[in-house]
Amino acid sequence: MISYILRRVAYAFPILIGVNIITFVLFFVVNTPDDMARMQLGMKRVSDVTITNWKEERGYDKPILWNKDSESIKKITDTIFFQNSVKLFVFDFGRSDSGRDIGHDISQRMWPSLAITVPSLILGLLSYISFGLILAFFRGTYVDVSGVILCVIMMSISGLFYIIGGQYLIGKFLHLVPISGYDTGLHAVKFTILPIFIGLIGGIGVSTRWYRTIFLEEMGKDYVRTAKAKGLSETRVLYQHVLMNGLIPILTGVVVILPSLFMGSLIVESFFAIPGLGSYTIDAISRQDFAIVRSMVFLGSVLYIIGLILTDISYTLVDPRVGLN
Amino acid sequence: MPVIFITDALIFILVLMVFTYVFYARHYEHLRTPWHAVACRPLAMSAAIILVIYIVVGLLDSVHFHPKLESTKSSDTTYSTEVTSLLDLVLDDLNKNTERTYSAPLASYSFAKEMTDLSSGKQIRAYARLKYGGAHLDNPELDSLADITKKIFIGLVYGLSVSFVLSSFIIFILSKTHKIRFKQAFNKICKNEFPVAWTAMIITISITLISMSIIYNLSQYYHVLGTDKVGQDVLFQAIKSVRTGLLIGSLTTLVMLPFAVMMGLMAGYFRGWIDDVIQYLYTTLNSIPGVLLIAASILLLQVYIGNHSDDFNSIEERADLRLLFLCVILGITSWTGLCRLLRAETLKLREVDYVKAAQAFGVGNISIMLRHLLPNLMHIVMITIVIDFSGLVLAEAVLSYINIGVDPSMNSWGNMINGARMEMAREPIVWWSLAAAFVFMFVLVLAANLFSDAVRDAFDPRIRQQ
Repeated sequence: MISYILRRVAYAFPILIGVNIITFVLFFVVNTPDDMARMQLGMKRVSDVTITNWKEERGYDKPILWNKDSESIKKITDTIFFQNSVKLFVFDFGRSDSGRDIGHDISQRMWPSLAITVPSLILGLLSYISFGLILAFFRGTYVDVSGVILCVIMMSISGLFYIIGGQYLIGKFLHLVPISGYDTGLHAVKFTILPIFIGLIGGIGVSTRWYRTIFLEEMGKDYVRTAKAKGLSETRVLYQHVLMNGLIPILTGVVVILPSLFMGSLIVESFFAIPGLGSYTIDAISRQDFAIVRSMVFLGSVLYIIGLILTDISYTLVDPRVGLN
Repeated sequence: MPVIFITDALIFILVLMVFTYVFYARHYEHLRTPWHAVACRPLAMSAAIILVIYIVVGLLDSVHFHPKLESTKSSDTTYSTEVTSLLDLVLDDLNKNTERTYSAPLASYSFAKEMTDLSSGKQIRAYARLKYGGAHLDNPELDSLADITKKIFIGLVYGLSVSFVLSSFIIFILSKTHKIRFKQAFNKICKNEFPVAWTAMIITISITLISMSIIYNLSQYYHVLGTDKVGQDVLFQAIKSVRTGLLIGSLTTLVMLPFAVMMGLMAGYFRGWIDDVIQYLYTTLNSIPGVLLIAASILLLQVYIGNHSDDFNSIEERADLRLLFLCVILGITSWTGLCRLLRAETLKLREVDYVKAAQAFGVGNISIMLRHLLPNLMHIVMITIVIDFSGLVLAEAVLSYINIGVDPSMNSWGNMINGARMEMAREPIVWWSLAAAFVFMFVLVLAANLFSDAVRDAFDPRIRQQ
């Protein structure tokens, strides 16, 4: 098992190098540091001196790949590629274009993100699985048909509508909870209720329909017929056999997004003014802070790849038919 | 003088491809049967009618030209530098009739109190009359409700008569093609006895015609969906946004399709190192969070446009380039799913007897892929195209909200929502821009979802067997 995990981790490295090269090319070769400086300082009427200063402050004045003025090992290390891209591998994110320590910001901001995403995931799984199971139980009846129609309608509504409508209805009209903002410690709870609830509503359509399909597929299998032929009741078959086997694809589908929960949700966080990593990214995009966007791209990729590895491992744990090779 | 934007050209190529496909599919039983199954589903055909209406609006909006200027000399004609489309001509009234600022749907007075000069020279703060909305009324406070009811009624009568004529025409055509008398065809329609869902289609056409005629009749005298901050008609904006939504949904797929199909086929057929390289490529691209890749690319495009601002003749051209670029980036982030599906299916298919036989006969690899494998993968491609469409339309709104979507100068539902978001804090709230964008988007996405469900059910062999 350990050698299997090690092999999977070894496979992940070339992918991370690929991601790193793509982001490097996007941020330093397609657009040179000169372009970035001009963008940040204002498009025209920028003197060359200010641009040089800007680049010097951020270390973007070095050669891109090969520093021929330096000595020995510094020929490679004293370059933009090494300083800004290779260092990401040890999670040294450096400083943002506005001068803040990105690593410190990330460690601060991941907690509010987790406070939203983790409860959303748990509550979502519980409710969507129950809804899916109910629809599958009543398959072919009016409950099922109207449930599916409701799902299709709900998945056709823009997610922005749920957020804007929910904010207006609950926060402003009913005055139950604050519309947006965040607080430390336990006070945070009243700020997280609304985003979690709205996220839950927004996901119902897609997830319930998908889980219903999984359960229906499971119900059509031979072992279910055998269980019924043995004389087991419909509910017992549903809870003991269908639910347990249906959970395999659902849970392995969830494992892949587990690490990405750190990243938070871009839209939800920026609408509800939650100081998590999602709004951090959005702010960086709108301020055109390339250093932060670059770090977040890398971090997101690492977390996704960890998710992929965890998925493979969880398959081998849950399903004995999947071998370790 | 016609102007062809890149996206216009691509969209007409797409239309051409759809027509070629229709001609191609007519001759093959294995394609005709599933499409016939789609045509027999009432919900799917109603959705198809709605989609067709959206597509017609989008296509009208894709024919761009420089309008002719009325010149004093008759010999030489000059053209305006402005770019307009056929849709702009149709909706000219809506476009031109702008108010000063916000006004509620069907209102005759402005939304907020304004300072107005009285004839006596004094100034008062009052709700000013609108320039166009309800301008024909002498005393809007008393008459407006009765007038609106009257206009709705007239629109209803027009709509009913047009839809009556159109339905009878459809029934007439049906009676000719089925070689039965008109009355029999009419009875069959009433009892819903045709295998193809004609009844549902006629009902949908009638309902849309009636509502369109009511809205048209009202829009001649009022702002049906109100006006926005700069006084532009919201209905006009919402209709103009149709093109953007459709383009994002369809062009993205068009852009990524060749890559996904080629890569998927090659990975599955050749296996070995080609498979490894392609798998590596899509895993790498997939591992970059989609939104971030889009954000990074759009940032870079902005830098590029900023540095090369002289290369663009007009704002429209710049917005068009950004739209195309967005489609390409969305394509890059979304081709991996299709590629993976195609690879898995090709891996299965290459072991099938007829492929083995073709190999034994010495048929080249490329013709095996094109003649024997590709046609058997088309159902996956078809299902992916229709399922992706609605997701992409919704994604546009979200991306425009974070300012990494289409150009802010472009009409799009995302930009409408983005612009109206701040107005939720007003008291009383300005809700009509948001509502219009959400409703137009909802109708399109719902229709696309219903239609794609039917297409999937008809083409997916796993579902068809049950």
